[in-house]
Amino acid sequence: MIDKTVQSLAAAVADVFDGATVMIGGFGAAGQPAELIDALIAQGAKDLTIVNNNAGNGEVGLAALLKARRVRKIICSFPRQVDSQVFDGLYRAGEIELELVPQGNLAERIRAAGAGIGAFFTPTGYGTLLAEGKETRVIDGRHYVLEYPIRADFALIKALKGDRWGNLVYRKTARNFGPIMASAAKCAIAQVSEVVPLGALDPETVVTPGIFVQRIVAIGASSGARAVA
Amino acid sequence: MKRLTRDQIAARVARDIQEGAYVNLGIGLPTLVANHLPKDREIFLHSENGLLGMGPAPAAGEEDEDLINAGKQPVTILTGGCFFHHADSFAMMRGGHLDVCVLGAFQVSVTGDLANWHTGGPDAIPAVGGAMDLAIGAKQVYVMMEHQTKSGESKIVERCSYPLTGIGCVNRIYTDLAVIDVTAHGLKVVEFVTGLTFDELQRLTGVPLLRAAEVLPA
Repeated sequence: MIDKTVQSLAAAVADVFDGATVMIGGFGAAGQPAELIDALIAQGAKDLTIVNNNAGNGEVGLAALLKARRVRKIICSFPRQVDSQVFDGLYRAGEIELELVPQGNLAERIRAAGAGIGAFFTPTGYGTLLAEGKETRVIDGRHYVLEYPIRADFALIKALKGDRWGNLVYRKTARNFGPIMASAAKCAIAQVSEVVPLGALDPETVVTPGIFVQRIVAIGASSGARAVA
Repeated sequence: MKRLTRDQIAARVARDIQEGAYVNLGIGLPTLVANHLPKDREIFLHSENGLLGMGPAPAAGEEDEDLINAGKQPVTILTGGCFFHHADSFAMMRGGHLDVCVLGAFQVSVTGDLANWHTGGPDAIPAVGGAMDLAIGAKQVYVMMEHQTKSGESKIVERCSYPLTGIGCVNRIYTDLAVIDVTAHGLKVVEFVTGLTFDELQRLTGVPLLRAAEVLPA
């Protein structure tokens, strides 16, 4: 019997190694797998490369991982926010490397990794600082920039429900990067509010098919009381 | 001369958004446009974080941390709206499916170059988000900004001094003084505020302006 559920958050992240590339889902706090991040902080892996849209909000979740000095480099589109003080301090002190990527290029580079694409030409960023030094091409009269996939060793994502085969459904705009990150990582770990029996998820509405998910851990009802950043 | 308030600029932009349009409003000033969309038109607001059919802010106490906009503020979803993941969301943007996006700007050049993501200052922390995708992806790129900086310099310039967001991507500029189209022949003034003359507008603008066939006061 195939059962991808693991019994604890600690077990779910036990083999994350020093120097690993870890994708973390979420757009700000929506979809951020805060409980898995807390487990990763407790686990202690360091020199991580983190892929996320942002660079942490407030002092919890991704911000707490940065504050614990576990992150060598972050690949993201929008680090600077009103409550990104942890990242801001590390960046100004030269203690974290930043690869800034236009958000659509970030999403497509992640998608490309999961889809087996070697590289792709995109019009986004052409002629800007963020395309400097990159290969370009004119296709049908339009300028494009060559961008490469972003792969990860692990992806930590948050979904609403999953089953023991790893099929997932999400909740509202918390879906964001979850589905594409799951496909781009060697080991995708999903925290869900509830693990449901096989067949309880309507096959027509499964968003992430279980083939993209290696581990699933139930955390109980979402901590919905957390303030919106 | 009576400069438009930010809300008045937003209302002016809203007037140009047609029934059935798929629209992305950038974070900051452009979000005001949503408050002025004509109630008798069905307009689809897109939010880059995976939402089509975005509705207004929820009532106090009704906020849901899983239902937010690109600025990470709580929003609602209209009946008929839907959710999707980030790669699909940016396919909508990059793939030319949005009819209009409205963006704020530091500077716009005479050829429609846009600078709106980074001052380039030595201590500035850069953040780009979806600005570059919107700039090159939407069918019509509208910029909404004050005509001049706080120190009185024109934000419409010969060549952007701030780092670029996109090249030749802006179609129309809405400011507190005028509505200006970026055309192959140069910047064409569509309208300007009451009490201003074309010559005064020209004096306050960093680059040569053309008069549209009929320039109407706003």
